[in-house]
Amino acid sequence: MSKDDTLQQVTTNLSDWYLSSRDRLTKASSPVFNAPRTEAIDHFRTLGIPGRGNENYLYTDVQKVFSQPYKRHIDPQKIIFSVEDLFHCDIPELDTELILLVNGWFYNNRPPLQILPNGIIYGSLAEAALRYPDMVKSHYTKYADHSTEGLVALNTAFARDGTFIYIPKNGGNEKAFQIVNILLSTEDLFVQHRNLVIVEEGAVARIVVCDHSLSALQYLTNSVTEIYVGKNAELHYYKLQNEHNLSNQFSSSYIHQERDSRVVFNTVSLHGGIVRNNVFVKLNGQGASNETLGLFLADQNQHVDNYTFVDHAEPDCTSSQNFKGVLDDQATGAFTGRILVRQDAQKTEAYQVNNNILLTDEAQMSTRPQLEIYADDVKCSHGATVGQLDENALFYLRTRGIDSREARLLLMHAFGHEILKQVSVKPLQERLEDLVDKRLRGELSRCNNCPVQCET
Amino acid sequence: MLIIKNLRASIEGNEILKGINLEVKAGEVHAIMGPNGSGKSTLSAILAGRDLYQVTAGEVTFEGENLLDLPPEVRARKGIFLGFQYPVEIPGVSMVNFMRTAVNEVRKFRNLPDLSSSDFLKMMREKKALVEIDSGLTSRSVNEGFSGGEKKRNEIFQMAMLEPKLAILDETDSGLDIDALKTVAYGVNRLKTPQNAIIVITHYQRLLDYIVPDVIHVLYQGRIVKTGGKELAFELEEKGYDWIKEPNREIENE
Ligand SMILES: Nc1ncnc2c1ncn2[C@@H]1O[C@H](COP(=O)(O)OP(=O)(O)OP(=O)(O)O)[C@@H](O)[C@H]1O
Ligand SMILES: [Mg+2]
Repeated sequence: MSKDDTLQQVTTNLSDWYLSSRDRLTKASSPVFNAPRTEAIDHFRTLGIPGRGNENYLYTDVQKVFSQPYKRHIDPQKIIFSVEDLFHCDIPELDTELILLVNGWFYNNRPPLQILPNGIIYGSLAEAALRYPDMVKSHYTKYADHSTEGLVALNTAFARDGTFIYIPKNGGNEKAFQIVNILLSTEDLFVQHRNLVIVEEGAVARIVVCDHSLSALQYLTNSVTEIYVGKNAELHYYKLQNEHNLSNQFSSSYIHQERDSRVVFNTVSLHGGIVRNNVFVKLNGQGASNETLGLFLADQNQHVDNYTFVDHAEPDCTSSQNFKGVLDDQATGAFTGRILVRQDAQKTEAYQVNNNILLTDEAQMSTRPQLEIYADDVKCSHGATVGQLDENALFYLRTRGIDSREARLLLMHAFGHEILKQVSVKPLQERLEDLVDKRLRGELSRCNNCPVQCET
Repeated sequence: MLIIKNLRASIEGNEILKGINLEVKAGEVHAIMGPNGSGKSTLSAILAGRDLYQVTAGEVTFEGENLLDLPPEVRARKGIFLGFQYPVEIPGVSMVNFMRTAVNEVRKFRNLPDLSSSDFLKMMREKKALVEIDSGLTSRSVNEGFSGGEKKRNEIFQMAMLEPKLAILDETDSGLDIDALKTVAYGVNRLKTPQNAIIVITHYQRLLDYIVPDVIHVLYQGRIVKTGGKELAFELEEKGYDWIKEPNREIENE
């Protein structure tokens, strides 16, 4: 079967699965989730899984990932392990408001929604949609467009649960929020979760997302996260992807920013099989600024593809993307950075950099900027490099007695440090530096006290 | 300590060193002078282990051991130090981390335990004082954004930290103001013992007022064409290189 036929088959299977499970889905969900389902599955039938013909997926073999026989579930499965025994975050000073998702489901070891005295609400999105339907409804599907993106349509058609964080107007929290996504099962699994973050006007939030896979099985995650950042609000969002080489991930984040809002969105990819990160940013009010960063380290046959799309819809906004990659063995990587500056978006500043290091001749990196500028008063720059470690710097280090391996590690670490130093949650930053160091050394960069030692 | 015999080296088929002979004994200071492009930096890079150049003939021994087979880090651990003419900027690698790694690598080679954090910091403080390097510099990335003079001072600081047996200082004086020159020379002299040796590469006689050489060599077109005492530097300062170049034309035409 050709690739396109296979993808068509996958699309048909998933659509059929929808038909057979529609009643159960609808019965179990809030009307907020149910409302767009039919429309979403119709779009999915037309759009399908993005294949070879899709400009935006040129570098990622989606077919290879989707054609595996994963188990799919409409309802949460009983977890036969005790997650508490298996997982607790070992970043010592990272005292956070924790949300645990296991296989995409809110893990019921605590009330599904926490309501803090300062008005903050966090926990399960399914529960939030039942208890606060209006709040969820005014943002749900408003930013992630299921009429153009097949994977979003698929996620929307099946959406049942995920994380929810709400920060009220002018609110804030001393602690950061930590979302831990755990994959834990006795079978290969297809997982979809849907997340919503609302940071109201003038509010401030820091969110740390950690993706882990605890069983050495095949996974495919198709997650969609919608993020609303109101007028003059601020969000720092850090995503640490530390799964194993059999975990494939399609992660789409949609960030909607109002006037004078500030967002830092940083994705650190340490481990994974085939990883695709989509970050869509809409700067929807004057004076908004967005910084989207990423560091990815890939070896063996891993593949990391970062796609960003920043829409400058209003004047006076600033955006920057800075992605760095280190590719070893036969690993492959890709970066696409699309910037759209609309006609009215005068005085836009948009900057983009993508620097990559290839450690072997077999490693490959594709990088492409896509700039569409319709305003005339714009400051814009972009640059990309694909190269090796600096031979002069290596020699310099070695003349001081540092062996070649250690010198390379120092240089690679320094390369990644540029992204990590911008992490404003200190204990997390230190931990990331440490994980990156271990990762570069080829040591298992898993949380030390996790008793599950995944084989891959 | 160091014996170079008939060393020839080329890059991309261009022969740059055309038969160098040189012997440096413990306790000696040698100066190498010579016009631009004569091969001084090439020679020092080859001694430090740069593999960019192909050694086509000759041999180099350091304390009786064939040096050319050793990787740069092993040469460094055995006590060879190169002060770069153009020190390399390494963004993201902190001076402290760099020096701690380097010092401990060298100690490991000498079967010494790693320095404790406090001992290391103490050593840093002492050596910083010795070469009067600005404290702020060592909390930055290696050479990043350092001024020309600061980079040179940093080379001497690293030399002080690593305590080499043979230091090759490639134009450490270029770019230094007169006060900095004195401090750097003072630092170098303080590090001088009867057991170690120094090769200074320079264009200026001035430096040799402060670091007094036992021997001066003139390198020209890949050969040492003249060797003499420190009065040779004055002669060069006065007359330039033309009088050395003249008789050499004949060699070339042979
Ligand atoms: N990497 C290289 N590629 C090509 N040519 C080189 C390279 N390195 C050195 N050379 C050439 O070798 C010759 C000697 O250079 P070298 O840097 O050793 O001179 P030098 O004596 O140190 O000069 P200066 O006094 O200007 O520092 C020069 O002609 C130079 O262009
Ligand atoms: Mg030179």
